[in-house]
Amino acid sequence: MTALTVVRDEPAAGTPMLDAHLVVDRAGFRLDLTLRISAGEVVALLGPNGAGKTTALRTLAGLTPLHRGHITLTGQDLDRPDTRRWTPTERRPIGVVFQDYLLFPHLTALDNVAFGPRRHGLDRHRAREVASGWLTRMGLTEHARRKPRQLSGGQAQRVALARALAVNPALLLLDEPLAALDARTRLDTRAELQRHLAAHPGATLLVTHDPLDALVLADRLVIVEHGQVVQEGDAATITAQPRTDYVARLVGLNLHRGRAAGHTVRIGSDFSLTIADRHDGEVFVAYPPSAVALYPRRPDGSPRNVWPATITGIQRHGDNLRIQLAGPIDVAADVTPAAAAHLHLVAGQPLWATVKATETRVYPAAPGDRNRVE
Amino acid sequence: MARRFRTTLAGFTALAVVALSGCGGDDTAEPGSGNASPGVSGTVTVFAAASLTESFTTIGKDFEAANPGVKVTFSFAGSSALATQINQGAPADVFASAAPANMKAVTDAGNGAGTPTTFVRNQLVIAVPKGNPDGVTGLTDLTKPDAKVALCAEQVPCGAAAKKALDAASVKLTPVTLEQDVKAALSKVKLGEVDAALVYRTDAKAATADVDGIEFPESAGAINDYPIVVLKNAPNKTAAQAFVDHVLSDTGRSVLTSAGFQAP
Amino acid sequence: MSLLDDAGAATRPEIGVSSHPRRRAGRVPLALLVPAALGLLFLVLPLVGLLVRTPWTTLPQRLTEPGVLTALGLSLQTATLATLLCLALGVPLAWLLARVEFPGRRLVRALVTVPLVLPPVVGGVALLLVFGRRGLLGEWLDASFGITLPFTTSGVVLAEAFVAMPFLIIAVEGALRGADTRYEEAAATLGASRWTTFTHVTLPLVAPGIAAGAVLCWARALGEFGATITFAGNFPGRTQTMPLAVYLALETDLEAAIVLSLILLVVSVAILASLRDRWITSP
Repeated sequence: MTALTVVRDEPAAGTPMLDAHLVVDRAGFRLDLTLRISAGEVVALLGPNGAGKTTALRTLAGLTPLHRGHITLTGQDLDRPDTRRWTPTERRPIGVVFQDYLLFPHLTALDNVAFGPRRHGLDRHRAREVASGWLTRMGLTEHARRKPRQLSGGQAQRVALARALAVNPALLLLDEPLAALDARTRLDTRAELQRHLAAHPGATLLVTHDPLDALVLADRLVIVEHGQVVQEGDAATITAQPRTDYVARLVGLNLHRGRAAGHTVRIGSDFSLTIADRHDGEVFVAYPPSAVALYPRRPDGSPRNVWPATITGIQRHGDNLRIQLAGPIDVAADVTPAAAAHLHLVAGQPLWATVKATETRVYPAAPGDRNRVE
Repeated sequence: MARRFRTTLAGFTALAVVALSGCGGDDTAEPGSGNASPGVSGTVTVFAAASLTESFTTIGKDFEAANPGVKVTFSFAGSSALATQINQGAPADVFASAAPANMKAVTDAGNGAGTPTTFVRNQLVIAVPKGNPDGVTGLTDLTKPDAKVALCAEQVPCGAAAKKALDAASVKLTPVTLEQDVKAALSKVKLGEVDAALVYRTDAKAATADVDGIEFPESAGAINDYPIVVLKNAPNKTAAQAFVDHVLSDTGRSVLTSAGFQAP
Repeated sequence: MSLLDDAGAATRPEIGVSSHPRRRAGRVPLALLVPAALGLLFLVLPLVGLLVRTPWTTLPQRLTEPGVLTALGLSLQTATLATLLCLALGVPLAWLLARVEFPGRRLVRALVTVPLVLPPVVGGVALLLVFGRRGLLGEWLDASFGITLPFTTSGVVLAEAFVAMPFLIIAVEGALRGADTRYEEAAATLGASRWTTFTHVTLPLVAPGIAAGAVLCWARALGEFGATITFAGNFPGRTQTMPLAVYLALETDLEAAIVLSLILLVVSVAILASLRDRWITSP
């Protein structure tokens, strides 16, 4: 019964349910990040492949030990190398949804979900009742007797979620929970997952490399690159003010770092952009690809930000075409197919690019942001 | 398994012998006339019962010394295995069996040249651990309820002989095991797993460091004859006959009797 | 057309689809087929040799000989017990080798295969030196508990298990190494201790490997001769298994030996085939 009932002594207001400083050293790689998650909060750990997301998840689950730092969940140290505190995986109040679910192939859906409650001290009958309740909540009542190989991807995902939630975990960990699904199933499952995560009273950490998953499912985003947190905040802040190339690409913005003096931002050695507001010091300049206009010849009109550029790539992007440009600054521009046809755009073609000062967004760069943007 | 392994070895030896005799082939010599020593050469392949291992090795060396240019190759194994191999066409020159039955299997199949000669006899003794801790003096001592005795299985010569001796003495004996050959029975005594075993006097003598051989009168009723014969398909008949003659000679006899065999 | 350098993933799969099924089924390379056929011949021809020499007319009569059925029964009984013993000791050992890092693991793995390399007769002698009346443990077993193993049916089981256990361990260790350990991690996150994980997750996952290992083990135990006759001796009804009966029959009567071998062969193949069907039909 322990973990089923223990779970929540509600942490005092302001104290996060999970407080962790994860440090793992490997050959050529170091994970070093701080995570705090409150009860009921869903945090997405977002980052490119190899950023250390999965390692972070494994340390929380007790599948990889920390080298330094600590993991404190509901006030208890699960792993703290300094004091040699270590709680093995099976005694941690956690639930994990693995990337490919890892449903036990020899057990039915029902017994997969009942596995956790059974291990936590319920008798077979009670455990199955609990499991049955969870399958009902997931809309899987008819599939309870099926083996995992007889379930569709979406059904398996829901069974995996039910299995993780059935032990009432204080910390729910999800490793790329939607990555194994096809696009259509993903859409439905994502919506449903959002519902269940919102209902989960414990802390939730979602590891993903898909920004859409993170934006839809999480209350807060923590972005990691090379084992470090590069930016964190709610979806609105991050989409509005990316602080690394990776994040900018995720949210679809052009991003430059430069030194502002009044209405001018100097980028690199001999290029500047004119901005609408006054700024001073180190800043980021961000603007959407749709703000970049292309001309076959140097335009004569009003825009002050004009520079020569060469097409390096053309991709379809929604209804438009996204044009990658090289020049004094590398940017992406969105144009309509009609405009593209009119301009006869081909790779290698020289053009003129412009962006209006009023389309740019400028915000100060913190010292810690150095070196993350060219 | 050991036997299987040994027979495989014998097979390889036989193959090797074929290869060798193919090179040094000497088929021109006529069958010898009794005293064969002059004109003997090449290789003689002798298939001999395992109990002859020590004495025949000595005899082989003597024979080679007396007849320079001759090489003797032995394949020692259980008589029945050897008989089977010979009947399946193994290229042997001489067969020395530990029991007439196995010899009969060979001659019945028409693989003997002439009539086999009994060259020695062997007799059973009671093998006990060195120093005879249980004070065994005769067969009746082996019938005590807590005595552990190993016999050979009836299918092998030493077992048949043991049965004959026990029947002759009207002794009823329940062994703990019926071993596949005399050496195996003897090794059970050596290892201390049994208190006694009925083995050949020669075997007990060869293991004199570990066991004592106790003679018992009833063994006279179960004497084992060892016949020897030149084989019909012998690749080197001349040398084969010379070897048999050497075994039957005084030199050969003395080697055999000193090993514990009796003259026929 | 060159305007779009990304043709779009949707149009791509056609090219990448794997080969046509027809091609996969036909055309086995000769370089594999010839040695495969030779290998099969090599294994089957000795059996043909036995069959050719079998005196079919006397077969029923041989079967009814009392000693034959006793030996057959004893063989089946001891081989099964030996397999159970191997399962009880060998599966945990295989697990240890596959899942636990400990110093000297490579050495232990090598030691496990010793009975494979050792001539079985030597194995039998080694067993005597340990469990025999004067053996390292045997003397103590006898004095303390009155247990003697040589010349007993238990001794047969022990000798067979000694020789057959490596087959089980190697098969099970292979299965364990091939199994996805992440299932065990998943079990741990659900609160399962290592023991529960082993019994509830690992064992069911590697069940086919264990079954294969047990079959190999049983077959090896059934055919065991050298260690058995050396350690347990040969006494009808108590320690004389079929291989021993065959061997002794060979001393006097080749045909009897052939018939006995054939009986052993037919019975074991029949048992294995029926078990196999059972495993395949019941999921």
